[in-house]
Amino acid sequence: MRLSLGKWLLPVYSGLALLFLMIPIGYTFLYSFNDSQKSNITWQGFTLDKWFNVCNVQNGAVCQAFGNSLFIGAVATVLATTLGTMIAIAIVRYRFKFRSQTSLLLFLPMATPEVVLGAGLAAQFLSVGVPKDMLTIILAHTMFCISFVVVTVKARVASLDPALEEAGRDLYGSAAQVFARITFPLLLPGILAAALLSFALSFDDFIITNFNSGAVSTFPKYIYISAARGIPAEANVLASAVFIIAIIVVVTVQVSGAAKARRLAKLS
Amino acid sequence: MAFAAFSSTTPSSTTDPIVRRRSPVALFLLLPGILYLVLFFLTPLVSLLLTSFQAPREFGDIGQFDYAFRWQNYVEVVTTYWPHIVRSFSYALTATFFALLISYPLAYFIGVKARKWPLLQSLMLVLVIAPFFISFLLRTLAWKQLFSDESFVVQSLKALSLLGPEAHVTGTAFSVIFGLTYNFIPFMTLPLYTTLERLDVRYLEAGSDLYASPFHVFRKVTIPLSMPGIVAGTLLTFIPAAGDYINASRDFLGGTGTQMMGNVIEANFLVLQNFPAAAALSIILMTVILVIVSIYVKRSGTEELL
Repeated sequence: MRLSLGKWLLPVYSGLALLFLMIPIGYTFLYSFNDSQKSNITWQGFTLDKWFNVCNVQNGAVCQAFGNSLFIGAVATVLATTLGTMIAIAIVRYRFKFRSQTSLLLFLPMATPEVVLGAGLAAQFLSVGVPKDMLTIILAHTMFCISFVVVTVKARVASLDPALEEAGRDLYGSAAQVFARITFPLLLPGILAAALLSFALSFDDFIITNFNSGAVSTFPKYIYISAARGIPAEANVLASAVFIIAIIVVVTVQVSGAAKARRLAKLS
Repeated sequence: MAFAAFSSTTPSSTTDPIVRRRSPVALFLLLPGILYLVLFFLTPLVSLLLTSFQAPREFGDIGQFDYAFRWQNYVEVVTTYWPHIVRSFSYALTATFFALLISYPLAYFIGVKARKWPLLQSLMLVLVIAPFFISFLLRTLAWKQLFSDESFVVQSLKALSLLGPEAHVTGTAFSVIFGLTYNFIPFMTLPLYTTLERLDVRYLEAGSDLYASPFHVFRKVTIPLSMPGIVAGTLLTFIPAAGDYINASRDFLGGTGTQMMGNVIEANFLVLQNFPAAAALSIILMTVILVIVSIYVKRSGTEELL
């Protein structure tokens, strides 16, 4: 008896811990169906209305903010992924001076609290006289995403078998051809993972955005500002939709990765 | 999502197959990104430092300051905001402790026990990262609503007399620490998982073969072997938690008596336009964190993590 109790304790605990993690997600999802008026606090009955008329509330302020977040996320992701991938390749593949200083410079943004990053950039924009708008948000997001891209892509570059590229060169491929036909496709999963991470970080960022956005609204900023007077259910709809899409993407990637691993295992 | 930063830090065991070369290509690859970080990360820190010593302009408006060396700014913010400074670090420390306590068994189950069932393992991992996919602010607000005075949870606690009739849950130190703990559990669980997943169970078997009790094996074998994960997880929780101001904000889980450094930095910068005070507080926050982190990393013997 004692043995079986000990055996079940950990799985049951883990299940409960995961359930605990899901509670606010379930709450947010549930309240996207709430037939609420202005504030979405008490349950008023089930409706699909909010899902079909997401942009109707407050002249589409939610959707405007959501669109801004998508745009900022996309631009910052492209910039950060490009710059970060280049650094990752250089770090793994080349020798250069100031190596440890470079690593420190890449590590520090991840170890700095967001308030400090946000206030620092805002202080700089203030002293240079740059007005805060969409551009300053994109510049800020790109900055904090670069380091995360570097770590993610670096792992992939390090695991790359150099024999494959040598084979390409032996077959008289030019440097550009070897990169485009061999190196880049092999790095692509890492680059895509880094891009997804960047987008997620940018999309959900509030603290740094708040310091550098001026009058521009983003989805998290919209939620923060409306928190005082109640958030419309439409915000829950958009957040839930993003959640569902993200989960589908993650599960697809996992399943296709597992299938690929099985195929490779069969081949060898 | 910062876990990626730490989960891949362990050097890959494959010996570096490439003879690293010096080449102008390296410069071309590095320069744009490094310049970007110098321009938008390092220079802002310098700006922040300069701002923290600024003095109000004579006969100037609110928000007008001149470069100076007014070190009294630091004395003023420490005397005015010392409760916030203490609160930031004590809340963050408490939340880190609870997050570790909650996450370790979970990570152990996913990383060690669930190895036999890869599908379950990946499903559980998806659930651990699931909170990242829904707005951090909405999740925190969900807790606020679940803990509001009219909520089922609070009403039942009151009915059971576990909570006084006039007591509140939101706006207290408890709810802020609760929120911080909840929000950082995934940041704690993922690095723990990545080290535990590689834990060689034969070491544990060897321990019990040598007549060590399960508790002893855990303390002497499992914990030391998972130290890199513990260090990474606690740092990933402590650093952002100390600077967080969402959970402690009055519109979320906090109240007037729970404001942290982040809240006063935000208020001074964006509302009061007292930029030097906000900058001085930021510099204090960053310095204390860097000192704590470097001592912690040295003492736990995991320097290679950085």
